Amino acid sequence: MKFSKTIELAIASIRSNKMRSFLTMLGIIIGVAAVIILVSVMDGITGQVSDVFEGFGTNNITVSITSRGSTRRVEPDNLYELIDENSHLFLYCSPKVTATVNIKSPNSSETSYASVTGIDETYDEIDLLSTTQGRFLQFVDIEKMLKVCVIGTYYEQEYYDRGKAVGQKIKLNGDPYTIIGVLEEQSDSSEGSADQCIYIPYTLASKLSRNASIGSYVVSMKDSNRIEEAKAVLEMKLTEILGSSDFYNITATQEILDEMNSIMDTLKGALILIAGISLLVGGIGIMNIMLVSVTERTKEIGIRKSLGAKKKHIMQQFVIEAATVSGIGGLLGILLGGLVAYVIGIIMSITVIPSVSAVIVAFSVSVGIGIIFGYLPAKNAATLNPIDALRFE
Amino acid sequence: MNQNTNSAPLVEFQNIYKIYQTGDVEVRALDGVSFSIYKGEFVAIIGQSGSGKSTCMNIIGCLDVPTEGTYLLNGDDVSRLTDDEQAEIRNKTLGFIFQQYNLLPKLTNLDNVKLPLLYKGLRESEQEELAMDALRRVGVLDKAYHKPSQLSGGQQQRISIARALAGSPSIILADEPTGALDSKTSKEVIDFLIELNKQGNTIILITHDNTIAARAKRVIRVHDGRIIFDGMAMEDEIIKSTLSAHIKKEAEE
Repeated sequence: MKFSKTIELAIASIRSNKMRSFLTMLGIIIGVAAVIILVSVMDGITGQVSDVFEGFGTNNITVSITSRGSTRRVEPDNLYELIDENSHLFLYCSPKVTATVNIKSPNSSETSYASVTGIDETYDEIDLLSTTQGRFLQFVDIEKMLKVCVIGTYYEQEYYDRGKAVGQKIKLNGDPYTIIGVLEEQSDSSEGSADQCIYIPYTLASKLSRNASIGSYVVSMKDSNRIEEAKAVLEMKLTEILGSSDFYNITATQEILDEMNSIMDTLKGALILIAGISLLVGGIGIMNIMLVSVTERTKEIGIRKSLGAKKKHIMQQFVIEAATVSGIGGLLGILLGGLVAYVIGIIMSITVIPSVSAVIVAFSVSVGIGIIFGYLPAKNAATLNPIDALRFE
Repeated sequence: MNQNTNSAPLVEFQNIYKIYQTGDVEVRALDGVSFSIYKGEFVAIIGQSGSGKSTCMNIIGCLDVPTEGTYLLNGDDVSRLTDDEQAEIRNKTLGFIFQQYNLLPKLTNLDNVKLPLLYKGLRESEQEELAMDALRRVGVLDKAYHKPSQLSGGQQQRISIARALAGSPSIILADEPTGALDSKTSKEVIDFLIELNKQGNTIILITHDNTIAARAKRVIRVHDGRIIFDGMAMEDEIIKSTLSAHIKKEAEE
């Protein structure tokens, strides 16, 4: 029997029972839509979090010193030496000191709190920062403890006219700092985003933070594939300096990212499994309606058999019909899912792109469900006795 | 009795039994039936309901197999075939005409006529050509693209005759073809079957109606699963008396 003709007949039969067909499809529609929504939204969230992490630089290792107040401390020179000695593993190293200061708006008497980050002149290479105006910190700024800073676009837009920030002074804890550069916009310049930042020489920041020693360093690797080797070298050196491996922590951005991705994948898998149950229920719905349909069309089956239809012809007809119902359900589910995912994307302001593979898989699965759950009713139809079937009214 | 006794029969029943076991009761629908039908014959199998004529038709039509005995169709033993083998025989050798026309209401008349050709595995263009030709022969070509429900009973029966003819089967098997029609249309349908027979088609008509059977050349009368008469229609006592009663009634009116 011709394939296109069978599909045509199947569609005609669906159309003649619109309400019933729609209700039958509903299980598949909801199941497929749920899968599409989950996959799209989860991918969107994962993508966004990854972007944030990649902004930090995925080649970086953060070293946190926890032995504050003890007699042993890690000096920047200790790590600079290590980096130089292991130039096959590392590119740069910078202290990273954060301090909360009060900041005064140049236009009003209002003060607010701001977080400043103390770093050295290589930090722009480590965190992939670049300035659109002015320049980044330089060695001399660090060495001479000059009161200069580089600001993010949030502060530029908040306090100054566009392009007028460089050369102005900003008061941090009452001390005027000269703005020597403005960073390229990383996010959307809004409050709390990566653009709300102030970088100053770490030599100054450690004073502002009121800690005698430097609490953390960021090291960038030459090759992210040699992460284990790089960590081992760092650990050896730090244990040697601090006397114990309990006094520091080493975290690689890449590892956090990998771990997060694996958590997201597990979560996604679990959610898809739950959505899959709805597909299963949908499949059972299709089987149920196909069984009804076989009973209703017993006479038709009898006629077809009397005219010479073999088992395979009848099987084919009903399986294709079931697959058509579930396939159309799948398409509607993909459309619905895509639409809902798009709306959720707008609401959550994340980039939601339904993946092509998810769409293909969802469609194939729904057609597959039709074939699997259509098989039993089709088998029943094919094995009907033609005489009894013809007599059926 | 038979025109072609020297050639091999088209249909040959050799001591056919069909026995149904319902609980402890054994029902002998066919109780040792033997007959032969030759190419080009017009045979009416007549009997009352329960006589076994329908079982007879089912076996001739390869819709059922005998419990015992041998059925030769075109010289081949078809009494022990599988479902699919039977389906193939039905498709290639037999054309069915039913009392209730048995057209598929969702298909157009043309598609209905094409069905057996489709199962035969013919190409779309061949199906179309043969189906249109069959519709032309039964005189309902103009209804090809209508649905069966848009036609009168007589026209629907013509579509079903076209469907039976389309694949050029060896035998046309008509099961009470006039049962659902008024007498005028019935006459037309029977006239048409006679016409087909004159063109060389072998026709087996199953009926309970003596006036219909009277128009066949040969009559096989079945009663309680046995053949009680097999011969020229005009030699059957019941047909003779029915016809004379008919004539008398018409004369009185």
